[in-house]
Amino acid sequence: MKDFTEIRWHGRGGQGAKTAALLLADAALASGKYIQAFPEYGPERMGAPVASFNRISSSQISLHSGVTSPNIVIVLDPTLMDSVDVTEGMTSGGTLLVNIEKTPVEVRAQFGIDAGIKIATVDASKISTETIGRDIPNTPMLGALIKATGILDFKEMIDDTKKKLEKKFRTKPEVIAGNLKAIERAYSEVKI
Amino acid sequence: MANEKIVARTGNEAMAEAMRQINPDVVAAYPITPATEVVQIFAGYVADGIVDTEFVPVESEHSAMSACIGSSAAGGRTMTGTSSQGLALMAEMLYIAAGLRLPIVMADVNRALSSPINIHCDHSDTMMVRDAGWIQIFSENCQEAYDNMLQAVRIAETAKLPVVVTTDGFIISHGMERLEILSDEDAKNFVGEYKPENYLLNFDKPITVGALDLTDYYFEHKRQQVEAIKDSKKVILDVAKEFGTKYGRTYGLFEQYKMDDAQIAIVAMGSTAGTTKVVVDELRKNGVKAGLIKPRVFRPFPKEELAEALKNVKAIAVMDRSDSMNAQEGPLCVEVKAALFDADIKVPVLNYIYGLGGREIKLEDINFVYNELTDAVSGKSKNRISYLGVRE
Repeated sequence: MKDFTEIRWHGRGGQGAKTAALLLADAALASGKYIQAFPEYGPERMGAPVASFNRISSSQISLHSGVTSPNIVIVLDPTLMDSVDVTEGMTSGGTLLVNIEKTPVEVRAQFGIDAGIKIATVDASKISTETIGRDIPNTPMLGALIKATGILDFKEMIDDTKKKLEKKFRTKPEVIAGNLKAIERAYSEVKI
Repeated sequence: MANEKIVARTGNEAMAEAMRQINPDVVAAYPITPATEVVQIFAGYVADGIVDTEFVPVESEHSAMSACIGSSAAGGRTMTGTSSQGLALMAEMLYIAAGLRLPIVMADVNRALSSPINIHCDHSDTMMVRDAGWIQIFSENCQEAYDNMLQAVRIAETAKLPVVVTTDGFIISHGMERLEILSDEDAKNFVGEYKPENYLLNFDKPITVGALDLTDYYFEHKRQQVEAIKDSKKVILDVAKEFGTKYGRTYGLFEQYKMDDAQIAIVAMGSTAGTTKVVVDELRKNGVKAGLIKPRVFRPFPKEELAEALKNVKAIAVMDRSDSMNAQEGPLCVEVKAALFDADIKVPVLNYIYGLGGREIKLEDINFVYNELTDAVSGKSKNRISYLGVRE
């Protein structure tokens, strides 16, 4: 029934799960796709578990209900995984991408992830701290996501992100360089 | 179209973008979730000098609509935006705007009414003021929200009636989608310059606005207002036709989706119509002759046109995202049934109240409704009104 990819982002309030979904949608749109990006609206509190969603397709998306069976799940904060079932509803063959220093094998064992789900890990917090100067894992996760799933063309995404950052941070070139470096490092460092 | 730009925008951003291109003379508004961003983004355009608009930050929605009435009566192109309780607080002034035949255009982001307090989508707010004399246009997605806003200006100023354009709260207002926007020049040319026929600041032709009108002429003026609403159907179609010819996206009073040979049909408004299309496609693959009618214009209600579109189906389900609390059925169903009755169409009509306070409507829910329609065609008796997705 689905002719599109569905993605769910898990984070904590303030970590940028909503922004990540918007960034991905924007990048996908730039490569000619039809897109949706929407957050889950509940009580908005810093640190509380939050989710946001994407649909990406090569044709128009008229479906307007929530994402319940994602092909891809991205976890910005691994401490969520003790209390939230991040794999809920995931389709078999789907990919779980986690911001964690551990390997996919260790994550599978620790959280008992089903064998039908592929796992990818990247230490996006470390990467963003070293490149951007703050723990904002959402930008590097885009790079890791592309490597782990091939959902977009990496070069296209980098070019588009560069263009947008240059527009937004005209007076802060270091922010642009840091963000691009973060995406590139996550792309090459993600463990699959 | 060559001059169109493709961008990623939420429903609120799409409506604000249309307002930027329209560049109205006056916007008076008060913030309310989930519509706040529409006027917040627009206020940014005002502050940055991107538009020439006089922005009036009032202290309530009642004042917002009052200021809009003053501005529109003075001869200015006037817009505002609100939602839910805000629209409720405006109610008194909405009737006045319509009775004075002022072409104000408003964005309304559909949200439930208190109590209990809730910020999520349903159509109770728009339905509450359905008899206020405003033209009401529903949007399925961000693209329609944008296109409808541009068309609304032309419709309002030609029909001399206020127009409200709605989106579904959060589902569309905060959902980012692919949006094709016209070039600023095309948008400006399409809406054109506003040249009011009669207005307060025209000292060569002084008029009285809001005069007392008792048993002598009130009835005649109301009768004229009804006629204007009736005539606005043609205006809406003319504006849609011009928009479609120029920019390739066609609109009508309602959209018919796979209705040509449909035996069972759902009538649904707003974002749910989009979700319904997915189910229709799937049912069609399995040989089920399912169709959808998506009313775009709820006021004026396209009575004869809807009856004509539904004359060959064997059973109909009407989806209401609000309840009239009349112990009978939802507002859309009441209208559809009245249209069918006068056209001598006698088929089972099932009414589903759904999605109140933002309750999720899933593909399975729509599928369930089509299954019930198939049962209704084969004569199995069904509840005429059901509450879809509620726990009871």
